[in-house]
This record gives sequence, structure tokens and C-alpha cells, in this order.
Amino acid sequence: MFGKLTLSAIPYDVPILVGTFIGAAIAGLAVVGLITYYGKWGYLWREWLTSVDHKRIGVMYIVVALVALFRGFADAIMMRSQLALAYAGNPGYLPPHHYDQIFSAHGTIMIFFMAMAFMQGLMNIVVPLQIGARDVAFPFVNTLSFWMTTISFLLVNVSLFIGEFSQCGWLAYPPLSEQQFSPGVGVDYYIWAVQLSGVGTLLTGVNFFATIVKMRAPGMTYMRMPVFTWTIFCTTVLIMVAFPILTVAMGLLGLDRYLGMHFFTNDGGGNQMLYLSVIWGWGHPEVYILVLPAFGAFSEITQTFSRKPLFGYKTMVYATASIMVLSLVVWVHHFFTMGAGPNVNAFFGIMTMIIAVPTGVKIFNWLFTMYKGRIEFHATMYWVIGFMITFSIGGMTGVMLAIPASDFVLHNSLFVIAHFHNVIIGGVYFGYVAAMNFWFPKSFGFKLNEAWGKRAFWCWFIGFYVAFMPLYVVGFEGMTRRMNHYDNPEWHPWLLIAEVGAVLIACGIVCQLTQLYVSIRDRNLAENRDLTGDPWNARTLEWSTSSPPPFYNFAILPEVHELDAFAHDKEAGIDTRRAGGDYQPIHMPKNTACGFLIGAFSFVLGFGAIWYIWWLAAVGLIGVIATVIARSADNDVDYYVPVSEVARIEQEHTHNLMAAQAAE
Amino acid sequence: MAQNMTADAAHAHDEHHESPVVFGFWLYLMTDCIIFGTLFAVFAVLRDQFAGGPTGHEVFELSGVGIETAILLFSSITYGFGMIAAHENKVSTMRTWLGVTFLLGLGFLFMEIREFSHMIAEGNGPDRSAFLSAFFTLVGTHGLHVTCGLLWMAVLLFQTAGKTELNERMIGKLTCLSLFWHFLDIVWICVFTFVYLMGVL
Repeated sequence: MFGKLTLSAIPYDVPILVGTFIGAAIAGLAVVGLITYYGKWGYLWREWLTSVDHKRIGVMYIVVALVALFRGFADAIMMRSQLALAYAGNPGYLPPHHYDQIFSAHGTIMIFFMAMAFMQGLMNIVVPLQIGARDVAFPFVNTLSFWMTTISFLLVNVSLFIGEFSQCGWLAYPPLSEQQFSPGVGVDYYIWAVQLSGVGTLLTGVNFFATIVKMRAPGMTYMRMPVFTWTIFCTTVLIMVAFPILTVAMGLLGLDRYLGMHFFTNDGGGNQMLYLSVIWGWGHPEVYILVLPAFGAFSEITQTFSRKPLFGYKTMVYATASIMVLSLVVWVHHFFTMGAGPNVNAFFGIMTMIIAVPTGVKIFNWLFTMYKGRIEFHATMYWVIGFMITFSIGGMTGVMLAIPASDFVLHNSLFVIAHFHNVIIGGVYFGYVAAMNFWFPKSFGFKLNEAWGKRAFWCWFIGFYVAFMPLYVVGFEGMTRRMNHYDNPEWHPWLLIAEVGAVLIACGIVCQLTQLYVSIRDRNLAENRDLTGDPWNARTLEWSTSSPPPFYNFAILPEVHELDAFAHDKEAGIDTRRAGGDYQPIHMPKNTACGFLIGAFSFVLGFGAIWYIWWLAAVGLIGVIATVIARSADNDVDYYVPVSEVARIEQEHTHNLMAAQAAE
Repeated sequence: MAQNMTADAAHAHDEHHESPVVFGFWLYLMTDCIIFGTLFAVFAVLRDQFAGGPTGHEVFELSGVGIETAILLFSSITYGFGMIAAHENKVSTMRTWLGVTFLLGLGFLFMEIREFSHMIAEGNGPDRSAFLSAFFTLVGTHGLHVTCGLLWMAVLLFQTAGKTELNERMIGKLTCLSLFWHFLDIVWICVFTFVYLMGVL
């Protein structure tokens, strides 16, 4: 009846988990209680959970990403604490099987549910506005993507309290992840969570590629697209190329585990090296899927706060496109030691080093944009400058690892850990936080607090160096990754320093939370409100509409005559909005619960399959199919906003604009 | 219903952008193509890993596979006739051709399932060797796609029942399924060549 699921699957004898559960339950009950107290369930359901508005979906993505950040960071600081303690005979406080779940969950959550969700949130909020569109190409698919990601994250968290998570690292290498060596449900949780969220991401890729190709404002040729849109464009191509490979990798591992096949097993002719090739065929492009949008955000921010157009727009576009292509031919550098031979390794090593060239072009473009600019040291700029320094260092250690001979020495050591945190925290995370600070007023109509933003930056920036530079050192000293305890006295002081760094980063996260709290508290103060829609005197179209934008984004679609259309219009004294112009009824999609329902049924399907509760899995699968069919039969999916409504909303914004100008 | 009428009427003078549905579906198909491409690559790596089990030569029956291929290719033609009728707004002709396509697809699936169950009954299931795992997964993934295509076709047949004309949205759906169906045909040609012919010859 309940498959593998018995009461013993609930870890009530592990104090850490019981404590976490109580904490999560209290937090959950508090949220539920508050929503009920304020009577907001209907509002939440109608305006957010079933919304097809890309701006709201974007905000929900980022909320999920922030929750994932807490979960992932909690894992991180537990690992650092374990390694600070578990030295010379002291076993630490995390037994190996628990510690192994924590590092597996940390990697999985940070990549799939923090970074990917954050990135998709940003592209949702920014891209349609930046290209002058009213929505994405497929609004329903957009809500479906969001729910697939969210329920997958939920599955990972359910594994905390029901059963266990994978103990095989964030990429679940076989044969360890095969049934023979991992008979529990941990790897199955991993497979289903990754697989279901992969569906969501793939659909986002298709959706935004179609949006950018088909829905740009009149006159916006490809070489007039803002750089952020260009980076998202390249990211969606990479998503469409790479995520199907991940689907296959997870599918084959699943078939091995569920149906006893022999793709990656030790016996029956299986080949573990095949898994490495397939998973990294996805995994390396994935790195660029994450970092390209960050590059785009840095470009927008640098030009805005340097008060200059971006230096070398065309080279920026070509560099982005080159990185996109090159990222598909470097995956073997993740397993130089596997024995592919010197020629293969040399090819992939050289390709990897070549990627540093377009990336270097970008760094110089940002530097030259700042050169002789009137730089405003806004909190957002702090993250940009911090990124340029940190990412350059991370890039250089990456080039070191790209040399197969040195990779043979550094392979699987903490040097590798330090390197990829150097580029992912210094590149991806700094970029997303900068982007959040930059575009926050666009989403909510008020700015984030600067003082707390700068404090968060300093904690993160210093914390990063204190936490990860020591890992380079212990990496050179031969400490391998994923180690639970050790005896080497030379490593211990460095790991204590790294623990201090993790605490500093924790302070950074607290500062970010405080920043959110203070900003929301003070949102109505005159200096925080954004009445004009253009708080930074920025250059691209998203700033030409109000903050927050009306649900239809643009009453009259903007016309684009050159790059940085909004800056051009401002200089020429043209009103991009054409306020009071000839409004037409606006065609908009209706909200739908189908995305939520498909997500919910997918969760049931995943949970049933993980625990071998086949009737439950069947219910989930049938639910998914039935919802899709019902949606296909629904012809009532769109409506028209009447002219009077459009005119009323636009009038209100014009009024605000005039008031803001009068105040100046 | 009243709202539908206004929305439909408004669609008529809606000039600003064509529906991106077919383009989006085309993009999805390309991602599906990468799934099959990866599965073909996996098959290429594992095709000689018999682990003491049977080779392709011993388990494949080309005559049956030949009939399957003929059925599937023919079903693409009948779907094409259906699309011609759809564009001429001949709903009942379109539905007849779609019905024929559905039956041919069902026939293909029936033969594939029979082949699979035959192999499994002889102890040559997907858990026998890496070669058979790769074979069953590649061919089975194609078969799963055909199953989804059939389900989709049944839904469209149901949705067009009793209709006298096809609106733009329905033409869009039929076009997407058409792309899907022809795509599966192309994949099958690769399966037939690389898996069956090269496995036997």
C-alpha cells in the first residue's frame, strides 16, 4: 500500500533534523497564520499563485531562490563547522551518512533552486519589459515552469523529514548512485527533483527564446537589443541544448535504479564514464547558463551608474555568443583524470583556456565603460566592482585547472571547490544580488536601502575571501573534497579561518534580510519611492514605464530607432510612453490554476515514484495528463483590456510623473 | 460565452502579432531532437556491450520491423492528407484522415509492444545487458512519443467532433501535432537504420 514508506522513514531520532523540522513548522505555521489573519488567501491565489503575469512570476521565482539560499547556506555552514571540529580523532557532530547528504543537498539546492530560480526570476522580470513586450510568448507555460521548479524544491525539502537525501554528491556519480550501493530513496529524491525542475527550466528556455525572437518592439533589431536581453537570449539557447541532455542522464540513471538496466552499472556491460560525459555535457553549459545573465546585469548596471553608454556593445554581444558556443565544447575538463588520453585532454584544455578570451573582453569592456565615466558608487556598483576583482581571480584559477597536467594534481581537491565558489559566488551570486538591487524598484515602486546593501556587500565580499582563500591552500596541501574528518594538523588552522568566513557570509545574509525589512518598512518615504519609473536615469525600455509597471507593461508599444532606445528618447525629448496617445484595447492572457495543478500532480507523481507507491504515482500522472487536456479544451484563455481602463491607469502615472518633476 | 464572442471578434481585427505557437513548438521539437541525439550516442557507446547476452543479429526480426516502418511512414502521408483537408476547412475529411492515422499509429505501437514482450519473454529484456538497455530505452522512448502523439490525436478528434469549421487555434494545434508526427517519422528512420539495419547487417 505505501511502498517503501514506513514510520521508520521519519528521522525522529536525529536531533538536528527534529530541531529543523520544529523550526520549519513554526515558520510555516506563522506564515499560514498571518495570511489567514489578514484574510489574504484569496488575494494570494488569484493575484499570485495562478498569475500568468511575467513580473509576478519573476518575483515568486526570486522568493523561492531566497528560501533556497537559506537552506543551501544552512548546509554550507554546517559543513564548515563540521570540518572546523572534526580533527585529530574528534568525529565532529555530523556522522558521515548525514554529512554526505548535506554536501549533496547543498550543491543540488544552490545550483538548481537558488541560482536557476534566481536567474529565471530575473529574466521574467526584466526581459519582456526590456524588449518592449506586453508578456512572454507563452504565459501559461511560464506559470507551469515556475511551479515545476517550486515543487521540485519542495521535494528536496521533504527529503529532510521523510526518508533521506542523496549521499552521492551534487551530480550523483554512478556506480555509487546505483541501487547496489545506494539502496535508499535518497538518490530517487535527487533524480525526481532534478528531472521535474529540468522540465520547468527547459520550458522557460523555449518560452523566452520565442519571446525574444517574436515579440520585440517595432524597430528593435537584434543589434539594438539591450545586453541583458542578449545574454538571456544566449542562455536560452544553452538551456535548449543542454537541458535535454540532463533529462537523458537522469532518465538513464533512473532506469538503472528502477528497472535494473545496465547503463552505468559495474556489471552487464555498463559504463560509468558514459554518465560523466552525459552529465557534464549538460553541466558545463549550465555554468554559462548561470553566469551569462549575471554578465548582462553587470553590463546594464555599469553603464547606468557610469553615466555612459556601454563600451564596446558589439564586442560584448560577440563575446557572449562566443562563450555560448565554446561552452559546449569544454565538458571533458571536468574529468581529465578519467583517462581519455593526452590528445583529447589537450583539445578540451585548450578550448577551456580560449573561453578566458571572450570573458576577458567583457571585463575590459566594463572597465572601459567606467573609465572617464561619472561613476556613482551606489550599493549596486559595489557588487559590480567586487565581482570584477573576485571573478578575475576565479577565472585565473580556472585557467590553472584547464591545464590537464596541473589538473592531475589539483583534481578532486578543495582547490576545485575554492575555484568554482570563486566564480559562482563572485560571478553569479554577486551578479544576481546586484541585479536584484538594480531592478527591485521596477518591480515594487520603491528602492532598496543602500546602507544595508553596502553592509551586506562588505560582509559577503570579505566573508568570501576569508572562507575560500584558505580552501585554495588546503587544496594545494592535498585535502580532498567531501571529507568528513581528517588528521592532518596543517589543515586545521585554515579550516578554522574558513569557518570564520562562513560566519561573515552569514552576517551578509542577515544584512540582506535587514535590507529587505528596512526597505519595506520605509517604502513610503519620499526618497525611497520611485514615482517616475526611472530611478537611476537608466538607458533601456523597462525604465520608460511606471514602477511597478501596469500589468500590460506598455499602453502603446514603444518604437525603437537605435540602441538604448529610452536614453535616446530622453535626450531627444521624446515621450517613449506617448501618454494620452491613441490607446487601443489590449489583448491579455487570463490567469489560470492549471500551472499550479500540473505542478501539484507532478509532486504527487514524484513522491509516489520515490517511495514505490505506484497507485499514488499513477494518480499524479493521470492528474497531469487530465489537467493538460482540460487546459487544451479551454477556449476562454484571454481577454481585452478596454481603452477606458488603459487611459485611467496611464493618466494616474502621468499624474505621478508630473508630481515627481514638480518636487524636483 | 459572451466574453468569448468579444474576444473572438476582437481577434479578427488584431493585427499586431502572429501566434508564436508553431514556432515555440518547433523549438520544443529541437530540444526533443537533442534527447534522441543523446540516446543515439548512448546506444552507439553501448551497442557492443552484450555481456554474454544476445547480439542484435540474434534478437531483431527485420521483416516485422520493415512492416512497422512502412506503417509509420504511411501514417505520415495520411496525416498530411488530413492537414490539406484542414487548411481547406473540410472538417469531416480531416477527421477521417486523422482517424486513419490514429489506427496506423496504433498498429505500429501494437507491433512494437509485441516485439518487446516477445524479447522479454525470451529472457532478453532491458536488464539483460547494456546493449539491450540502450536498445529498449531508445526504441521505447520513440514508442512513448508515439503513444503521446496518439493520445493527443484522440483529444483533437474529440475536440473537433461535431464542428463545422476550424478556428485558428485548432489549426495551430493540428499543425503542431503534424510537426510532431513527421518528426517521429524521421527519428524512426534513424532508429531503423542505425539500430536495426546496422545491428543485423
